[in-house]
Amino acid sequence: MSVDTILSFEEAMEKYEPVLGFEVHVELNTKTKMFSSAPNVFGDEPNSNVNEVCLGLPGVLPVVNKKAVESSILIGLALNCKIAPHSTFARKQYFYPDTPKNFQTSQYDDPICYDGWIDIELEDGTVFHVEIERAHMEEDAGKLTHMGGSTGRIQGADYSLVDYNRSGVPLVEIVTKTIEGAGSRAPELAKAYVAAIREIVKNLGVSEAKMEHGNVRCDANVSLRPHGQEKLGTRTETKNVNSLRAVENAVKFEIQRHAAVLDSGVAITQETRHWHEDTKSTTSGRPKSDADDYRYFPEPDLVPIVTTAEWVEELRSRLPEPPAERRKRLQGDWGYTDLEFRDVVNAGLMDEIEETVAAGASAAAARKWWMGEIARRAKLADVDPAALGVSPAVVVEIEKLIASGAINDKLARKVLDGVLEGEGTPAEVVAKRGLAVVSDDGALQTAIDEALAAQPDVAEKIRGGKVQAVGAIVGGVMKVTRGQADAGRVRELILKTLGVEG
Amino acid sequence: MTANELIRLSASAMAAKLAAGEITSVELTQAHLDRIADVDHGDRGVNAFLHVNAEEALAVAADVDARRAAGEELHELAGVPIAIKDLIVTKGQPTTAGSKILEGWMSPYDATVIKKIRAARMPMLGKTNLDEFAMGSSTEHSAYGPTRNPWDLDRIPGGSGGGSAAAVAAFEAPFALGTDTGGSIRQPGAVTGTVGVKPTYGAVSRYGAIAMASSLDQIGPVSRTVLDSALLQEVIGGHDPFDSTSLTDPSIGLAAAARLGNVKGMKIGIIKELHGEGYQAGVENRFNESLELLRSAGAEIVEVSCPNFGYALGAYYLIMPSEASSNLAKFDGVRFGMRTLPTEGPLTIERVMGATRAAGFGDEVKRRIILGTYALSAGYYDAYYGSAQKVRTLIQRDFAAAFEQVDVLISPTSPVTAFKLGEKLDDPLAMYLNDVATIPANMAGVPGLTLPGGLADEDGLPVGIQLLAPAREDARLYRVGAVLESLLEAQWGGPILDQAPVLASTATVAEEAN
Repeated sequence: MSVDTILSFEEAMEKYEPVLGFEVHVELNTKTKMFSSAPNVFGDEPNSNVNEVCLGLPGVLPVVNKKAVESSILIGLALNCKIAPHSTFARKQYFYPDTPKNFQTSQYDDPICYDGWIDIELEDGTVFHVEIERAHMEEDAGKLTHMGGSTGRIQGADYSLVDYNRSGVPLVEIVTKTIEGAGSRAPELAKAYVAAIREIVKNLGVSEAKMEHGNVRCDANVSLRPHGQEKLGTRTETKNVNSLRAVENAVKFEIQRHAAVLDSGVAITQETRHWHEDTKSTTSGRPKSDADDYRYFPEPDLVPIVTTAEWVEELRSRLPEPPAERRKRLQGDWGYTDLEFRDVVNAGLMDEIEETVAAGASAAAARKWWMGEIARRAKLADVDPAALGVSPAVVVEIEKLIASGAINDKLARKVLDGVLEGEGTPAEVVAKRGLAVVSDDGALQTAIDEALAAQPDVAEKIRGGKVQAVGAIVGGVMKVTRGQADAGRVRELILKTLGVEG
Repeated sequence: MTANELIRLSASAMAAKLAAGEITSVELTQAHLDRIADVDHGDRGVNAFLHVNAEEALAVAADVDARRAAGEELHELAGVPIAIKDLIVTKGQPTTAGSKILEGWMSPYDATVIKKIRAARMPMLGKTNLDEFAMGSSTEHSAYGPTRNPWDLDRIPGGSGGGSAAAVAAFEAPFALGTDTGGSIRQPGAVTGTVGVKPTYGAVSRYGAIAMASSLDQIGPVSRTVLDSALLQEVIGGHDPFDSTSLTDPSIGLAAAARLGNVKGMKIGIIKELHGEGYQAGVENRFNESLELLRSAGAEIVEVSCPNFGYALGAYYLIMPSEASSNLAKFDGVRFGMRTLPTEGPLTIERVMGATRAAGFGDEVKRRIILGTYALSAGYYDAYYGSAQKVRTLIQRDFAAAFEQVDVLISPTSPVTAFKLGEKLDDPLAMYLNDVATIPANMAGVPGLTLPGGLADEDGLPVGIQLLAPAREDARLYRVGAVLESLLEAQWGGPILDQAPVLASTATVAEEAN
């Protein structure tokens, strides 16, 4: 594998303007496949979720999954697309063993959704308007695993395994128009665009939206042209970018690689490129020209999809609040600073905090718990905070216990331990572990007297007016009561005992 | 009644005898299995069957007999045996499509029509021969040897469904299932003196019929009488959620139409472009006779013109191969069927696919795949596939205009009678011309029926009369077809097959040869 020379990103930007384009494939989470009744389930025993239709056996016919059509329309509506009243399927023909019929049933001339747009907000608030050319329905191919060889690719492999569980899984392919004017923000925009698509389909509930499972897959098209030039440069299409960070890095790498190639006076080869997470670079795939002949023709086994205005409007009424608007509304409601809110978004805890606030916690308390103690423990356990096992109700109950003075912050963390260890609700944990704050002044007074007696010189200092020295006595009392005292009350009682104004 | 008399009954007569308890289904099924054993095998056998399903057929028959004895209410055709064209997938029997590439392949699922046959409890006698992937008009393109015409064993039985037509003509089965993409039910019917119907596109589910050209293919009945085809279409027709192109119409009223018995006042149109020049004299004569009979029965005969039918054959030979090139892509040796490894060079999947298809497909299949691949290629699509689709629209308009004027259309089914085996094998265009009169119906999706119109004077071979009706008006075909059939049989003094030569037992010949 030859190593490509690349230019520094800054130099590439000085000389060239990048133009982007994205094809994002979204796997829908329908119960069954696009054209058959076989289950659409990820991660099962290979070749178990198949039937004669998605295996392409002789004699079979496809039938369109209505739910998949509805999901596709929902995606189109969320991307401000027009919905075609009449759209058809076509056959895209090529011989490859991951495609059982040796053609893929897809939409070609008339996609179900077209002419849309989405505003993409970068971290600093800059908004890019990205135009959507189309969102069309198709079926996924089976999954090939190339065995033997060093690269995991078909070249050099001894043999390949095919899993047809994925064959026929419904896909929506979202294609942007060319994106110009992103300049040096192009890699960032690439990441933000894919993140936005992922968020939309997750919010719509039409996809599991897990990039690591291939539910959302991005092919990133990059071309460069000298500043001021109208004509687009030759593009490459980078595949296999399976995380948001990879999207950003792959676009950045391709910009740098294109710039070096162009600088050396060589033309860019129009081809697919493969992203390698280990080397953070791309390698050449197969040549791809606009003249690739897939011998598309209308799928004769399917009738056209006809969408009535009533159906589309009914689906539109099901659309949830768009993610960008929802974020604006929530930040306003919660009163978080931009930095605080961005951290929440990046931590993926917006939903949890929203639920916690809805369950009765203050926005500040919800953030404190989710971004603090819960996130910390999740990190230790290497799980998503949402998957740790703390429900919004638990957070609310702990907060109430603190507010009532029944426990303090330190005890609250122990209560959380108990909840996570399955000891019941926070109140039950408090009772079982005996974690209630010691609020019996008599018991506290004994402890205070003992602490003062143990540290007579400190007591003397306090009496002498050095009120800040009270901390040492408080510490002693807390130690004796194993942290179960209300520190504020302890302080009051110490000063009262010593006859000092606090 | 002897077994030999039994097998010559119509399916509906067999059904009546079963219902009356005069015969058992086991007896009836065994009689057909014996007939198959007697005339189908050997060098001079009919070779209508690629697989004989004796064990299962007899088990189904015995089950029907037991149920009938127990007083269970059964389907009208329960216990009447049937043959299945080997393009239709069946559990428990191999499905080859007449191709080496599928030799020995067992389908894990039943076609929808097979499920319906099973539900009606009709014993399946076996799978019948056909041109490979239903591509041909003589059954000579079968990878398993040609079927012979029971009227003359040196002649073709038509195609692609020569096996089903010959089996019915040779009394090896009372009726059969066929498929018709450009005439594969009707042309064999014409040259074997039998009845065959291509229903309205969508009237019968295609699920489980191995696709040649999806927009043209249709499963339909093959029989000796018009009523039998009507009864069979009622069994296999109706909506199927597994076929998106299937109509929602219920499959009813067809047998009733066949039993109606009059055509008085009906307008019947002769298609100007589908007779005369290029049609054998004996075919023309029998066609004119049928027109006279219908006129005498009170029908009004008029002539209509369908000017674009002249382009139908050319457009068909672009659309059909285009769809076929795509439908046959799945036969690559990867997941099922035959696999051939390249004899030299590296062993890559592409080369295995190539070697498999080179060895597994016959010449006619390759010819059509190459034609279709070319017609769909970038830069040619508009000129070929696109133009052909426009012609298709024009043909549909011709039909629409014609059916404004008449109730049904009539023509000879095939321009010629059965030709000699091998006669047109090296001349694809001559072979394709056999379907010139049947192709327009497929291009427009309208139903068509063929029934025997007598024997040509010059060669004494059967001539077929074709009736065509508007889409979803299949019943009209059965109504007019049954009337014409009874008028003709009255003239002949019985069914046309009574005039067919007696087939020599090939079983005896085979034994003597041993």
